[in-house]
Amino acid sequence: MTLGLALHTHGKISGVDGVRILKLLDDDEWAASPLPSHQRARFVDDGWIGGDHDEVRLSAPRDARVIAAGDVVRLREGSSMVSVVWRRGARTNSLFATERCNSLCLMCSQPPRDEDDSWRVSELLATIPLIDKSEEQLGVTGGEPTLLGDGLTAVLERCGQELPDTGLHVLTNGRNFKDATAAATWIRAGGERTTWAVPLYADVPDIHDEVVVAPGAFDETLDGLYELACNGAQVEIRVVLHKLTIARLPQLAAFIYRRLPFVTHIALMGLEPMGFAKGNRDRLWIDPVDYLAELTTAVFHLANRGMAVSIYNLPLCVLPKTLWPFARQSISEWKNSYPAECAPCVVKDHCAGFFASAGPAWRSRAVRPLQYEDLSHEMA
Amino acid sequence: MLRSIDLMARSQSLVTNARGEYAILSRADREALQAGRLTSEHARFHDLLALGMIERPGGGGVGLEAAAERTRKAFLLDGPALHIFVVTLRCDHACGYCQVSRAATGAEGFDMSWDDARAAIDRVFEAPAQALTVEFQGGEPALRFDLIERIVLEIEQLNEIHRRNIRFSLVSTLHHLGHDELAFCRDHQIHISTSIDGPAPLHDRQRPNPTHDSFARTVESLARARAVVGHEGVAAMPTLTRAAMADPKAVIDVYRELGFASIFLRPISPYGFARKTRRAIGYDMGAFVAFYNQALQYLLELNRRGEPMVETYASILLRHIMTPFGSGYVDLRSPAGAGLGVLVYNYDGQVYPADEARMAAESGDRRFTLGTVHQSFETLMSSPAMRWLATGAVAEQLPGCRDCAFVPFCGADPVYHAAAHGDPIGDRATSDFCTKHMGLFQILFGHLAEGDPETLRTFTAWAFNRARDEVIDAGYVPQ
Repeated sequence: MTLGLALHTHGKISGVDGVRILKLLDDDEWAASPLPSHQRARFVDDGWIGGDHDEVRLSAPRDARVIAAGDVVRLREGSSMVSVVWRRGARTNSLFATERCNSLCLMCSQPPRDEDDSWRVSELLATIPLIDKSEEQLGVTGGEPTLLGDGLTAVLERCGQELPDTGLHVLTNGRNFKDATAAATWIRAGGERTTWAVPLYADVPDIHDEVVVAPGAFDETLDGLYELACNGAQVEIRVVLHKLTIARLPQLAAFIYRRLPFVTHIALMGLEPMGFAKGNRDRLWIDPVDYLAELTTAVFHLANRGMAVSIYNLPLCVLPKTLWPFARQSISEWKNSYPAECAPCVVKDHCAGFFASAGPAWRSRAVRPLQYEDLSHEMA
Repeated sequence: MLRSIDLMARSQSLVTNARGEYAILSRADREALQAGRLTSEHARFHDLLALGMIERPGGGGVGLEAAAERTRKAFLLDGPALHIFVVTLRCDHACGYCQVSRAATGAEGFDMSWDDARAAIDRVFEAPAQALTVEFQGGEPALRFDLIERIVLEIEQLNEIHRRNIRFSLVSTLHHLGHDELAFCRDHQIHISTSIDGPAPLHDRQRPNPTHDSFARTVESLARARAVVGHEGVAAMPTLTRAAMADPKAVIDVYRELGFASIFLRPISPYGFARKTRRAIGYDMGAFVAFYNQALQYLLELNRRGEPMVETYASILLRHIMTPFGSGYVDLRSPAGAGLGVLVYNYDGQVYPADEARMAAESGDRRFTLGTVHQSFETLMSSPAMRWLATGAVAEQLPGCRDCAFVPFCGADPVYHAAAHGDPIGDRATSDFCTKHMGLFQILFGHLAEGDPETLRTFTAWAFNRARDEVIDAGYVPQ
């Protein structure tokens, strides 16, 4: 998989009424596919041809690498845009539930838009059957997916029917789970295959609410987490690391262990310099090397207590070696990159690397290619 | 409810809440907190807000807080999980601290009958706990290994239907366990624990056997046992008499030399020996606390140097302090383990709520008897003795305990207080149980407040049952 490969390109498109979600297949797969012909396409001569009567044509993509056999694409009448809504072989694929959100996080990489986009539900329901049954893990993201209400229930149930062996990973701020009835419905629809990933930015309301720019959010999220626990849901806690969350990170780790001992995973995540984060750089930016003490003490607090903890989005050269076992290659390929100076680094293949969007203003002063001598020296 | 106590070794105070969460504050900050004067600008404000020690206006998370309290007391739903069978009172040792719970090896009428054993097995399965421990004690239970085998096999057969998780343990001098008996222990996962009171002269003086060679025979038997059940299959603990108080290192060094990974430092219990003997081998509980403090220092030093020796009682207390869960340890919990966590089936078919109750009863105090093994579990649990002991079983309600900041980590011991003070509530000011635990919690919180990184690594390894070199860094430990 090529890093930094976009999920959109433009091409020559014809024969689409409204919106069409299509599974692209090579000849053998196309011939054997049980999918209705309306929803699949095959490659003929110089382009993709699909639909019941071969009415849909897609050719001359501006970046030919963006679309490949196995992918699910979205085409729209009157537009040259080709969107890859599911990519075969990608480390992460997500269903984008909504652009709406009831929080307004200072570092949101996907700033919400307050428009009715409930049309997405029917597109997601059409997309899900086109995803490979062998998909191990599928994300559900937004915006805040619970704002779909019954639509979220429908999406989760469709996943259960079409992709029974696929784990689901739903990103939600958890606030709407405070409604016990709604919570029970979503959790039942998600079933055992679903992990609910809920952000918690502090152990006290004022800091958490400041970060998510929503008064009362902390209390709602805690009550939502309680409902998740009562319903036996699998819960992951996510903490984005920045200046406002670092100060109480160790205490937050203790809070998670004591009040939320049921959580199955805690992800401590380096900041993604996208969306609102760019405009709020002054309030958020702290060089990761300047928060290693807090990060280390929080990670070991959790790990010693048998809690599964991961560090996301931070390159290995910034982390002390004691934290390497917790670091994951967490950045989705389409937004992942390694600058040229990383080429000689001996641990590059194990490193999360960088967000492609990260300019020099977001670069740790500790970034450097590591050599074998670096490893032996510190291990001695 | 907030409780506080001054830490003796430091100019600080400990504040705790009902969930067993704590904050170590300066005395001035503690006063400000209790007077409601600790404001949002204060450096500790957020810590105390997060712990619920300062009220939050929003009121969210109440469900989680209540769940944390329920979790800590969840052991209650299990009922008695530890079932002790005293298969014989006969023993070839004549230990001074055990006069009333032994009989001579040739004495008659001191073995459990099969009829009684079989009835006790029914009581075991009437207890609601999924995880059960069945322990064999004496006297010297190995003198009736035939009965142990029969009980184990019967329980295993019945468990084909009941499907509980059952562990067996055996408290023995080891001397009478031959290869066949040890092989049976290995094949049925019977964990063995034995007594080693210190260096040979001390051990032999305290634990006289007919051939005056108890220590040598114990060491020899230990090697034999380990060869069959494995090194980890045998644990040991000392009974600490006055003679041991002078030199904690000597006792610990014996355990090191014999290759034990842990030692359980516990004082002699005040039961089971005559007043005259008490004067000879007993001691003031303050002396035990001083001994424990020195012993702990020595063990921490060993751990710091890379020798991962565990003090088992500290690991239990630290689990109570450092985790949100109950430890399941029946001798230190509230509501107390007596009857609610333990049942003892005596050789004569009487049922007691604790080993100590059995010993008190052997001294002639019959108030501690729940009934006989032939009565139903429900009858035993609603017996007059159980109702009587229950009046002193909830530490959070007891005078002297209900305001103590250590109470979330401590427990109630109605059997001890009934035996020593005449009623299950007892008097904390003169209670050895209280003196011991106040002393030990002061010592442990003193170390937590001091925050030495190596000590915290050791404590973390002990509390979370990890190899010490696996704990690369203690991580955050609340202050």
